[in-house]
Amino acid sequence: MQFLISMHINPAVLDALTDEEKQAIGEGHGKFMADCKASGEFILTQALTDPSQAAVVSVRNGQPVVTDGPFLEAKEFLGGYYLVDVENRERALELAAQIPDAAIEGLAVEVRQVMFSDGQLEA
Amino acid sequence: MSESADRRPEFEDLLRELAPQVLGALVRRHGQFESCEDAVQEAVLAASVQWPAEGVPDNPRGWLVAVASRRLIDQMRSDHARRERESALATEQAAEPAPEDVPGGDDTLVLLFLCCHPTLTAASQTALTLRAVGGLTTAEIARAFLVPEATMAARISRAKQKIKAAGSAFAMPEGAERDERLRVVLHVLYLIFNEGYIASSGGELSRADLAREAIRLVRIVHAQLPGDGEVTGLLALMLLTHARRDARTTASGDLVPLDEQDRSAWDRDMIDEGNALVKTSLADTTLGPYQLQAAIAATHAGATRAADTNWKQVYALYLVLERIAPNPMVTLNRAIALAEVEGPEAGLGLLATLDGDERMAGHHRLLSVRAHLLEKTGDTSGAYELYRRAAKATASLAEQRYLERRASRLKE
Repeated sequence: MQFLISMHINPAVLDALTDEEKQAIGEGHGKFMADCKASGEFILTQALTDPSQAAVVSVRNGQPVVTDGPFLEAKEFLGGYYLVDVENRERALELAAQIPDAAIEGLAVEVRQVMFSDGQLEA
Repeated sequence: MSESADRRPEFEDLLRELAPQVLGALVRRHGQFESCEDAVQEAVLAASVQWPAEGVPDNPRGWLVAVASRRLIDQMRSDHARRERESALATEQAAEPAPEDVPGGDDTLVLLFLCCHPTLTAASQTALTLRAVGGLTTAEIARAFLVPEATMAARISRAKQKIKAAGSAFAMPEGAERDERLRVVLHVLYLIFNEGYIASSGGELSRADLAREAIRLVRIVHAQLPGDGEVTGLLALMLLTHARRDARTTASGDLVPLDEQDRSAWDRDMIDEGNALVKTSLADTTLGPYQLQAAIAATHAGATRAADTNWKQVYALYLVLERIAPNPMVTLNRAIALAEVEGPEAGLGLLATLDGDERMAGHHRLLSVRAHLLEKTGDTSGAYELYRRAAKATASLAEQRYLERRASRLKE
């Protein structure tokens, strides 16, 4: 079963972290990726640029309109995700708990099962 | 996908049949399951490049043993050999057959037991079985399970490390352990079949190649253990289920439920073979879950029209199945049969007993079956709500489309 483990970040929370804390998060993600790859559960991960860099595109009367994002008026934004292939939902939840973000107040890790995929990456 | 499988070149079938025999011969001679397995995989890859171009050698098995042995020795000599395998393999020459090489279906069975080692996760057991016993390449297995090749390669490598760490001998387990391990093997083959029959997630409903592969592997086990009722039962169950493959989806990929399937599209040969196996397996002194499920499938296969289904028999079989292998899914299926025999209210009553079961809470099957039975009682608004909830709960796109259609039908 494939699951998308998404990381919902709050830029204000991240900014308030010390350099050591930020480094620990980076190392935690590094270890998480290495473990996940070794177990044969890792498919893909991507991290996104800061939400302030987002553009919102809409089409009105057939004309595209581009405005500065982000679209949602929220404190938390999608920061990145892991795509994993695991035995069951319990294992996906177990993996999610190993992501450093899960231990930080104000950040969130969300787990959802994949329903459809196309364009498999040749890794 | 079954069409492409039918057109599969002959040499591929031969390769898949020989791969576990060659692996068995190598492990018997050199030990080291994990290195031998790599060497055989490389020999199989070499054959798939060379045989179509140069023809199948006179002694294909001896050729594979010789090439795999040479790869194994190369590997032992140098770690670099592995990285250079593709260029080196392209120039491999056909080799002399190894004299001490003996064919052995027994080895295939021993390999199956090893690949389905209880310390492995089901995902690892299935992957390793398909590679070491099925003779599939890592790339093929990765494609079948919709993951990148690197993911599958890591999974197989981890599985082999675990087997090595467990210190398993290359020998048939004995006594009670043998029976226990055989159940695991059958379960793994059942999982491979299911993965092929209905994708656990995703839009592609059927990946017939995996189902065919599972049937091929169970046939190997059945040939070795013809007297085991559960092996026979599993083979029968797979054949009777696979016989419906063409009828269970429309041309556009929509799911067709059993009672609406065009039964003339069912594969009669497969059903006949399955029926004969069910008869044999039911003569076994001990009844197991696969035998009972096969008997249920045979009952459905025996009805020319859905309306002719012997639901009393289906109900009785589910009752026995529930006794020997209690499981909420079995209870759910018994409720469907009960509704056919005594009416939808009786079925709903039985479903109510599952409400406290954590394993079924919010499960799409419980929601959809209840919706179906409510629809039969005439409670269309209740059925509508439940079909909609079931559609949200399923991880299968085909099933979701089907449930949404059922819901829309009630609004018309």
